[in-house]
Amino acid sequence: MSLMSLSSLTVRRGQCPVVDHVDLAVEKGEFVGLLGPNGAGKTSLLRAALGLLPHEGRSSLSALAPAVRARTVAFLPQGREIAWPVTVADLVALAEGGAEAQARAIARMGLENYQTRRATELARALAQDAPLLLADEPAAGLDPEAQIRTMQVFRDLAEEGRGVVASIHDLGLAARHCTRLVLLHRGRKVADGAPRDVLSPENLAEVFGVRGFHAETEDGPVFQPLGVIR
Amino acid sequence: MTRVVFPLLILLVAGLFFASLLIGPAGLGLKQAMAALFGRGEGGDAVVMVMRDIRLPRAVLGLAVGAALGLAGAAMQGFLRNPLAEPGLIGVSSTAALGAVIALQTGLAAAFTLALPLAALLGAVLSVLLILLLAGPRGGALTLILAGIALSALAGAGTSLVLNLSPNPFAAAEIVFWMMGSLADRSMTHVWLALPFITLGCAALLTTGRGLDALTLGEDAAQSMGVDLARLRLVIVLGTAAAIGASVAVAGAVGFVGLVVPHLLRPLVGARPSRLLPASALGGAAMILAADIATRLIAPDRDLKLGVLTALVGAPFFLHLIWRMRRVEA
Repeated sequence: MSLMSLSSLTVRRGQCPVVDHVDLAVEKGEFVGLLGPNGAGKTSLLRAALGLLPHEGRSSLSALAPAVRARTVAFLPQGREIAWPVTVADLVALAEGGAEAQARAIARMGLENYQTRRATELARALAQDAPLLLADEPAAGLDPEAQIRTMQVFRDLAEEGRGVVASIHDLGLAARHCTRLVLLHRGRKVADGAPRDVLSPENLAEVFGVRGFHAETEDGPVFQPLGVIR
Repeated sequence: MTRVVFPLLILLVAGLFFASLLIGPAGLGLKQAMAALFGRGEGGDAVVMVMRDIRLPRAVLGLAVGAALGLAGAAMQGFLRNPLAEPGLIGVSSTAALGAVIALQTGLAAAFTLALPLAALLGAVLSVLLILLLAGPRGGALTLILAGIALSALAGAGTSLVLNLSPNPFAAAEIVFWMMGSLADRSMTHVWLALPFITLGCAALLTTGRGLDALTLGEDAAQSMGVDLARLRLVIVLGTAAAIGASVAVAGAVGFVGLVVPHLLRPLVGARPSRLLPASALGGAAMILAADIATRLIAPDRDLKLGVLTALVGAPFFLHLIWRMRRVEA
């Protein structure tokens, strides 16, 4: 059974669709990178899938009762607000996934040694111990080490049989670490599959207006955007 | 630190409660006062009356009103994630005050003792219905604030109109003095009228701790952690309305307690809203009891108003808060 299935999911702002009839199923073991330029509908797609945004079409998550949904899917939103100066332990404990899940999340994010705001927020989402994690721009604004560590955590989760969907702006990071990419353009899903196929020269030109370079290295596949073509 | 805060607050409130029972113009001794309160007493009917019909309701109302103000302030700040929020923000205080002012103006309050608190409660109920109607279905905070501001402005205008049209200066003065807030000369009837609402409202607000904790991370994160925002908002609005509506009905508009107390206590309980709620209830009770005692000690023969005193202490604190915020932002 899929961890999440969207069928014909549509979000409108006024008359204009910002997410336009998107079908998407996420299975166990997948780390799906959600790509697309600014305004492509990545955030709206994630929020509508969770039921945080009014939408048409169907999402397997949005109809769930809030408490059931919290055990089915964890969410790391883009707006990283911490209203009060609470301790790291209190913050991670908000997830209510149990003491064991909390300890695992704290260890996974290395919070015993070094605590950053972002790592703490991700640990909170992990402590929810849900089979699926949706993350909105988890790598944005991180230093290279933190970016790679975050991606590694997502890959580990996928290898443990969970699912991860993360919107990612950095195409190189996505190509390098995701098991599958989904490309959004003006609210529509225009490509879905293996990183190398999704980041084809045609898709890159059509959606991002750039060209790029793929290579296989001993560390795995590498992609580098090279230049603007229009 | 957190561990000693609650026992200290409980001791403080208990001490102030007894002090409130013992301090007053009648000048009763401890033994005499307690005997009159709990047993037959030797001082005759007058002492029993002073203790049971004057000081006891005053102390009980101080405790209840203070707890309501502190708790509702903490809940409102937690829900709006804003340290400057206070219980009056959703308009309940101003509409309850308008209800009371109309009862004073029409002479209903003079004809029948409970007309004033009942009219205030009616005002609070009406404002809640309007707020819930205006604030929309999705549990967001912004529409709630805007609806509250609009209602407060409307109720404030209504109160001004009543003052404007008052037939003589004495009627206007009576209204103005009532609006300053006081616990003087309240009877056990006031206690029995307000206490059920305050208790129910506070009980409702105390259940919101987990939701408010989750809201620390914003509305999206809270919802994803299983918090039903629309339900949380309903509980906060109804709980605040019951607790604050009833408080205003018996004590008038007592400002700044709901704003200042959560602030003072937040750093002491580790900032978590769920721990701040009970701490603020105790802190609010302590502040009102202390201020009410102070009105009796500072100027026993001038009927110094409770709301005047809390605002005199609260406003400078508020300025200090803004000063500190300004420095942090710079």
